[in-house]
Amino acid sequence: MITFRLNGTEQSLDVDPSMPLLWAIRENLGLTGTKFGCGQAQCGACTVHLNGAAIRSCVTPVAAAQGSEVTTIEGLAASEGELHPLQQAWIDEQAPQCGYCQSGQIMSAAALLATNPNPDDAAIDAAMSGNICRCGMYQRIRKSIKRAAGSEAVVGVFDPQAATEEVKHV
Amino acid sequence: MSEQAQENTMASTKQSALGKWTRRGFISAGALAGGGLIVGVALRRGDRRDQVAELVAEDGDTLLSMWVKIDEAGKITAIVPHSEMGQGAQTVLTQMLADEMDANWADVGFVEAPAEDEYANGPLGKGYLLAGAEIPAALMATVDGAMHQAAKALVQQITGGSLSIRATGVAGMRVAGAAARDMMIKAAAGTWQVPESELTTSNSMVIHRASNRVASYAELASAAAKFEPSNKPTLKKPEQFTLMGKDLPRHDIPSKVTGEAMFGIDAQLPGMHYAAIRQAPVFGAKVKSFDAADTKAQPGVTHVVDLGDAIAVVATSYWTAERAIRAVDIQWTTTENDAVSSQSIRQQFRADLAKAHTEGSSSPDVEAGDVSSAFATAAQVIEATYEVPFLAHACMEPMNATARFTNGQCEVWTGTQNPLGARHEVAAALELDLADVVLHQHFMGGGFGRRSQNDASIQAARIARDTGMPVKLIWSRAEDTQHDFYRPSVASQFRAALDSDGQVLAWDNIYHEKHEPAEAPVIPYNVAAQHIHYTESSTHVPFGAWRSVDHSQHGFFTEAFFDEVAEAADKDPYLLRRELLMDKPRHRKLLDLAAEKAGWDQPVGEGRGRGISLQESFGTLVAQVVEVTVDQGDVSVDRVVLAVDPGFAVSPDGLTAQMESGVIYGLSAAMYGEINIEEGRVSQSAFANYPVVRMQDAPTIETHIVNSGEAWGGAGEPGTPGIAPALANAIYQATGTRIRQLPVSRYDLNYRVNEPEELI
Repeated sequence: MITFRLNGTEQSLDVDPSMPLLWAIRENLGLTGTKFGCGQAQCGACTVHLNGAAIRSCVTPVAAAQGSEVTTIEGLAASEGELHPLQQAWIDEQAPQCGYCQSGQIMSAAALLATNPNPDDAAIDAAMSGNICRCGMYQRIRKSIKRAAGSEAVVGVFDPQAATEEVKHV
Repeated sequence: MSEQAQENTMASTKQSALGKWTRRGFISAGALAGGGLIVGVALRRGDRRDQVAELVAEDGDTLLSMWVKIDEAGKITAIVPHSEMGQGAQTVLTQMLADEMDANWADVGFVEAPAEDEYANGPLGKGYLLAGAEIPAALMATVDGAMHQAAKALVQQITGGSLSIRATGVAGMRVAGAAARDMMIKAAAGTWQVPESELTTSNSMVIHRASNRVASYAELASAAAKFEPSNKPTLKKPEQFTLMGKDLPRHDIPSKVTGEAMFGIDAQLPGMHYAAIRQAPVFGAKVKSFDAADTKAQPGVTHVVDLGDAIAVVATSYWTAERAIRAVDIQWTTTENDAVSSQSIRQQFRADLAKAHTEGSSSPDVEAGDVSSAFATAAQVIEATYEVPFLAHACMEPMNATARFTNGQCEVWTGTQNPLGARHEVAAALELDLADVVLHQHFMGGGFGRRSQNDASIQAARIARDTGMPVKLIWSRAEDTQHDFYRPSVASQFRAALDSDGQVLAWDNIYHEKHEPAEAPVIPYNVAAQHIHYTESSTHVPFGAWRSVDHSQHGFFTEAFFDEVAEAADKDPYLLRRELLMDKPRHRKLLDLAAEKAGWDQPVGEGRGRGISLQESFGTLVAQVVEVTVDQGDVSVDRVVLAVDPGFAVSPDGLTAQMESGVIYGLSAAMYGEINIEEGRVSQSAFANYPVVRMQDAPTIETHIVNSGEAWGGAGEPGTPGIAPALANAIYQATGTRIRQLPVSRYDLNYRVNEPEELI
């Protein structure tokens, strides 16, 4: 039995521990916002947060999530009915075309902003280089990240490590 | 049964047999736009409308026409016969309808048309398809042939050919919106007993100023539906547009940032199993034998299905199925193509081109002037051979489909550019009546032409039938890369004749592999003697429409070779284009705009290059200027300045997005895109060996729009063809290397060379 928190809710799964987290999320837990693109960590469509860090769920065994916090696109916003500043920026810039890669793009961008609230172009390139957009909306994705970067709410993205460090500082 | 109804029933019956469209059915379906053949459904009253009404109308709705419905609460719904793959067509078509209708945008939504014959948009009228493009006389037979093909393929509901706006929008949505408005006016005039000429419309209301009366479309809908819709309503002039030409947020975007958007791969059915597949690696091979004993014993595996040219493993999870299929030992039949390679294919192309030359067996696209004497008297003749490789589409969402087969009926859930075609193909494959196949359309995670093929839907349907359970079939990335319908590999040979003053006397071009659009190899330049011709050289690699189709290769060939001509003429490539566009002010203006915005007259700097291209495709003109830096052999594309003239930009931001997208798609192909054939099969299998442009490689793209007022053109494809030649021309300036073969990654650009011969 593998137990982890998915978007704040504890989940227990009786699955092959070597099964990629992607399929556990999509098939066993029914959240389909996280996408299958290549199965080889080459395209980023499957990006989710594992304890606040962006990971490729298509090559991450579900066992690696044991006892951890997993966040998907469905759980990115602070509360239901709200949008994360990046999601709003994506709408404002009309960034998606087909939209298939965008869950992964937004999750990579959210992990970036959580640790670097005002990234420059080089930081955006580095953080986003693993996320392919075949519709080629890179220019709009970059603008969306910069638009959201000005917002205060982006640093509120869950990051247990950062949270722990903050506590230590206190 | 009335005569009218009987006629329509007959037409309807004739539609149901694949490819059997009669003239009567054709006209019956396309009488909307005054000779236009595109509309797909008639606005005439009668049973056809009622038939469709059942499919799209809920209780309390009144169906005004086949393209729009309005409910009692005033909610207006456009019925859009095109699929959404991110091009924004559904929003922009709705915008066109709402504008002509004078509808309140806040009350307007859309549904995708059901996959019914009534919504077939296959018979694309020649005028719309070509959108006023100048077609040389010699090409007309080919164009007519293509139209004949289109008419034969009527049972399709295709999103492609950059046609949504220029065909469905112009001939269907605008007309339907205007007709609906007209009917509202008639209804109000009847109710109030006032002349129609005293009525105006605005924000979903009919207004009679003289008596200060106002009625909403919702109130008038029932009365309006009793009137005959006009099939030639008055359309607005551009200065009367309230929504067209404005940037309205796309309807599909919010769900795409929250994970809620449902793509084909997201379909979920109760009791669903998952299938993984391995298809014959050599195109045309069959399953000879297979040993799945160990596979069947694996926990979770429920079925192994032999599809004839593929094996599928069905299991309780996709991971289980995909892992299990790797253990199936499959033997494939041998084929005559088992030894075919990219190398042998190139040799075949060159031999076939040479043969066509020697035997004079080519077919003409363009024959103008006296080419022979131009070459005989020329002061200078230049020659070059250009080549492009096969290309895969590499959609982000791998091919997939979900199917359920119960009681002799089949349901399919997928994202397709051709939902009606999918129904027909599944019905044919499973030997079912069309009525027994239901297609549930989803968003597409990329299409680019690939999803006009319905191979995965047929496979899923067959697996569901054979196993008796609902099955979601997902192709691995390797299957997706190796079983595409490919942009063909093509070779094209050029000769140009110049006089001693650098005047271009003749343009001679022979290539192979002709598909569509017929005019793709035609040049816009005023060269008196031209011979553009082609021959056959077919391969066993399946052909598919790849964003911009034949323009994707000819755009590169003609516009890159043009720069060689300019160099031979000792002229600036921009200025020579300009000079030879004397009689084409629209082209020239756009080229000037791109050159001006890019600062063509400014020095570009050491190690850098600037290249230009002009391309007319799908009724839209695009001029591009590309700037590159080549540092120790590494090419970085810094900036693309693009000017586009679509006639009129219905959605300027949507057009801009399509230009950005088209450029990046074309740039991926130009820089890295290459599908190789070895031992009859595709070598590439992943993004690692079929790389595409990523964030750090993407140039800044500046788009400048010109609304010339010419016939409205397409948006989805025209941005793609011009990037490769502009890039090649820029690299030449930076390095001295002529890029005559794609992708650029084949070249070693570390050393400045002057005239490379065979590079690979």
